[in-house]
Amino acid sequence: MTTEVVDMITVVIDGFEVNVPKGTLVIRAAEQLGIQIPRFCDHPLLDPVGACRQCLVDIEINGRAFPKPQASCTIPVEPGMIVKTQLTSPVAEKAQRGVMELLLINHPLDCPVCDKGGECPLQNQAMSNGQGETRFEGVKRTFQKPINISSQVLLDRERCVLCARCTRFSEQIASDPFITLNERGALQQVGIYENKPFESYFSGNAVQICPVGALTGASYRFRARPFDLVSTPSACEHCASGCDMRTDVRRGKTLRRLAGDDASVNEEWNCDKGRWAFKYVTAIDRLTTPLVRNASGELVAASWPEALAAAAKGLKSAKAAVLVGGRATYEDAYGYSKFARVALGTNDIDFRSRLSSNEEREFLAAHVVGSTTRYTDIDRADHVLLVGFEPEEESPIVFLRLNKQVRKRALKVTAIATKLSIGVEKLNGEFVKVAPGQEAAAISSQSLTGKSVILVGERAAESAGVLSAVAALANSSSAKIAWIPRRAGERGALEAGAIGNLLPGGRPVADAAARVDIAAVWGADSLPTENGKNSNEIYAAVNAGEIGALLVGGVDPLDGDNSQSALAALEKAFVVSLEIAPSAVTQRADVVLPVAAITEKSGSFLNWEGRARSFDAAVADSLNRSDLRILSMIAEEIGASVNLATVTSAIKEIASLGKWDGARVAMNKVSATSQPAVSGDQFILTSWRRLLDMGTLQKGEDNLAGTSRKTVAVISPKRAQALGVADGDQLKISTPLGYVNLSALVEDIHDDAIWAPRNSRGSQLLINLGVAHGAVVTVVKA
Amino acid sequence: MTKLTPVLSAHWDEKDSFTIEAYTRHGGYAAAKKALAMDPDAVIQLVKDSGLRGRGGAGFPTGMKWGFIPQGDDKDHYLVVNADESEPGTCKDMPLLMANPHVLIEGCIIACHAIRAKHAFIYIRGEVTHIVRRLNQAIEDAYKAGHLGKGIDVVLHVGAGAYICGEETALLDSLEGFRGQPRLRPPFPAIAGLYARPTVVNNVESISSVPAIIANGAEWYQAMGTEKSKGATLYSLSGHVNNPGQFEAPLGITLREILELSGGIRTGHTLKFWTPGGSSTPIFTSEHLDVPLDYEGVSAAGSMLGTKALQIFDETTCVVRAVLRWTEFYKHESCGKCTPCREGTWWLVQLLRDLEDGKGTEADLAKLLDLCDNILGRSFCALGDGATSPITSSIKYFRDEYIAHITNGGCPFDPVASTLFVGAGA
Repeated sequence: MTTEVVDMITVVIDGFEVNVPKGTLVIRAAEQLGIQIPRFCDHPLLDPVGACRQCLVDIEINGRAFPKPQASCTIPVEPGMIVKTQLTSPVAEKAQRGVMELLLINHPLDCPVCDKGGECPLQNQAMSNGQGETRFEGVKRTFQKPINISSQVLLDRERCVLCARCTRFSEQIASDPFITLNERGALQQVGIYENKPFESYFSGNAVQICPVGALTGASYRFRARPFDLVSTPSACEHCASGCDMRTDVRRGKTLRRLAGDDASVNEEWNCDKGRWAFKYVTAIDRLTTPLVRNASGELVAASWPEALAAAAKGLKSAKAAVLVGGRATYEDAYGYSKFARVALGTNDIDFRSRLSSNEEREFLAAHVVGSTTRYTDIDRADHVLLVGFEPEEESPIVFLRLNKQVRKRALKVTAIATKLSIGVEKLNGEFVKVAPGQEAAAISSQSLTGKSVILVGERAAESAGVLSAVAALANSSSAKIAWIPRRAGERGALEAGAIGNLLPGGRPVADAAARVDIAAVWGADSLPTENGKNSNEIYAAVNAGEIGALLVGGVDPLDGDNSQSALAALEKAFVVSLEIAPSAVTQRADVVLPVAAITEKSGSFLNWEGRARSFDAAVADSLNRSDLRILSMIAEEIGASVNLATVTSAIKEIASLGKWDGARVAMNKVSATSQPAVSGDQFILTSWRRLLDMGTLQKGEDNLAGTSRKTVAVISPKRAQALGVADGDQLKISTPLGYVNLSALVEDIHDDAIWAPRNSRGSQLLINLGVAHGAVVTVVKA
Repeated sequence: MTKLTPVLSAHWDEKDSFTIEAYTRHGGYAAAKKALAMDPDAVIQLVKDSGLRGRGGAGFPTGMKWGFIPQGDDKDHYLVVNADESEPGTCKDMPLLMANPHVLIEGCIIACHAIRAKHAFIYIRGEVTHIVRRLNQAIEDAYKAGHLGKGIDVVLHVGAGAYICGEETALLDSLEGFRGQPRLRPPFPAIAGLYARPTVVNNVESISSVPAIIANGAEWYQAMGTEKSKGATLYSLSGHVNNPGQFEAPLGITLREILELSGGIRTGHTLKFWTPGGSSTPIFTSEHLDVPLDYEGVSAAGSMLGTKALQIFDETTCVVRAVLRWTEFYKHESCGKCTPCREGTWWLVQLLRDLEDGKGTEADLAKLLDLCDNILGRSFCALGDGATSPITSSIKYFRDEYIAHITNGGCPFDPVASTLFVGAGA
């Protein structure tokens, strides 16, 4: 690591010297001394604007004083600068008091009913830097209130102090300039364009940084007073970005979540899904007691001892495998990994409850597990290549980080994809158009350097040869690889060895020394030596009668392209299901054990960087147990020792394993399959999941769903013409399994391809068509 | 006794003064030809030597402004002419463009040559349709005559009617297609102006003054005016005078002299107060009749030369009422960007209305002054500062009249007496 040399400047503020890097704004230099200059429009992550004039201070440079107070949020420090804030300058103090009084003349005195009351920068600073009594006796400006600027954001214009934080955020950070200031004078107001609501994936940040109660979230409005909430630092469970979060709970119920501050990950932002999709914990019918299938085939409530005994008996009596979803915490995944090896004596475990491949498994073992590519590598990259990855849809904070660098220094971004996405357009990215399945050749023809970063999404596994091409490109160019799965738990599950070819810490199953390492810590005589099966192979083995029992935690069998086989296997095998709510798995399970939801337990996720994102239970008094605890109890019944009763014990044990310093698993090169010929009404299907869609964790969030993007099927102008289709016409996309009817959108996409959202309303491709990428479908005008 | 020195306005009384024929007849476009044959730096030096200062109000030396443009930077440079004349009382650029649009176009050619710009943009307020038409015709004629289109282009941009767009950075935003609101400086327009390129923004009269300077030389120009305020300029006389209009005279002339030259105050009336440079400059009274109307003289007397818009009010005028009208203008035109101007003007109007209606108290007067103190020098741009000028200066000179409104329970003046139609049977 090279340390950057920074020029330091010493200035005097209120008589105290402070040494800060060149370019530091006066307002932030003062913060270093603990001097709080009041402010509204200032935000450290937005460009200075100097609009609110609340932060006025007296400044002189080398004895020359500015004739009038200056906005400390717009002026960088200079050598010889002497600053007098409200603490030492009567002029600055009066200027600030005057601005505060002016800000309040048109502000309603509705703090008692305002959501912001109690955590309001205007309220707080009016107390600290204002005067108790107003001298304004005139008529206040009023507006109709509130207005919806989207289904999830409400605007009370009379409360707005016109600091332009929201509009600047939308323009500068999210590149979604859907809100602007309009009108002028005291009638100036935030507004949306005609018929164009504030449908940004990041709109909640505008609500969070609003320094007054002008912008409120529809689902939190009038729900609580801030001082009635218990706040817990938490981590976001929605994706692998790894946002630091704050969860606010009142009487055992989550009322809102806010983006936390972590400069190295999410800065101060998050996406709307992370912010506003949390009701699923309470919106769904939670499982409350264990269930055991009785002699007549019905699932009936059972006591814990009864259920644990039944689970142990069933798992012990046949060859068993483990399927764990990508949303398990690192510690829970470690529990499953250990359980499979210790209690079931198998390496048949897979966390990839989605489209996946053995090429991917080898890639993960060879290039991803233990890797240390970070957000800062994006910050320093000379070129970022996106492969099977749409950052805005699949890892929004990665998108924001890319966008920041694109804005700041015109970072070059190249996307190898079938369709040009909104996100890549916003990144001003180079779009390398390929047919679905033919990505590998395009990857090989890229030229990168050791400062480049390849961001690989989980969808890269959906085309044979892509990950082999990525590995080859990285080897030849020394570019860094970052694998960015969609789900929050996948990287942790990989590191925990919840996959057939790896033990915890990236230790290859096939390596005897690696097995000895782990067996020693686990106190096991030996560990199974053969690489385990992947999830598709596990289902197939059940259906072939080779495996008789399944331990399933947090898996939706409809998330793959083999759902028929998966459902059949679940019907056939003895299934122990660890779940928070009834599902396709619990319906077919023999023993169902209710587990704690994310807010009810502590733990951590490893984000795509491999960085631990720890969180405590936000709901303190939950009686629900974590997967880890329950796995330990089943193991005890089986007579094996998993012995991880608490998250702390798992963390300690993981730490004691240390890092694997032996050889990595080598990767076998896989070649791309040849492109199927399509003609007439045939297209090759491609898709991805949108950020806001039919995902299980978004259940019950109608306001959030209101801002999801429109469900469309995208085809190229050439094919549209051939089909006689224009924007808005209905297209029928069909496979032997079924069909969907979607509204057509003619856009920049490969001529052979048709794109549709993978899991949006009216377009659940894996369920409706049984395929999602690379398969030939028939498309006709409906 | 100072005499009028018509240069810009020399031929305004000719019927066809606005045509290219008339302009050429009087030697028009010869200065451009002369300048184009000169080294650009020599043109800048000549303008510097002439002592020409910006006629838009601030009085910044024009040649020095041109000299700020980085040379040899391989970037496009732009000249932007501020023709967004909107200040109450200010009425010099519009008559100038009406009577002689070609002098501006010739000035643009010279200025573009000097600052190595290929494009000049004239940003004109949208309300003056007749002048827009006349200027468009003049530009077309200049193209036809070959003065434009050979390396220098002029584009006329019509604003949508916002006072703030006369502020140079708001003008640039508006010209770029955004809402007109002032920009944070630095960067200054000379470094990153229009489309983030080095840009000179000059007033119509400043640019129009250049051809004569090129034609007659710096010394000729320097011979007019005072020590630090060189040259001649347009003084716009309006209000309660017998003969309102444009009077071009050397800088430093006094109002007393202009009134004598022009025909004086409305017959039978006496001077009460006046603005030296538009409504945003602190008002003067009859005690300031002999203040030299140059940048330093007016400043020393506590106001600003501004746009030399001499609005004359006689003793029939209620100063409270006049100030309220101006304040209503500033409230209407405040762009809303910064708190002091946006909220302050909203409040000022309410306080002044109450005072005019006799509902105020002496405490309100103190409040009004304190409020002005909280706006002046606290706003983002000069609009907020300007809004306080008429209030503070009028209370300074006419405090008794404000008090009279309070004790009288209303305005002691007959508003009809100050109108032009008084005595006309109205």
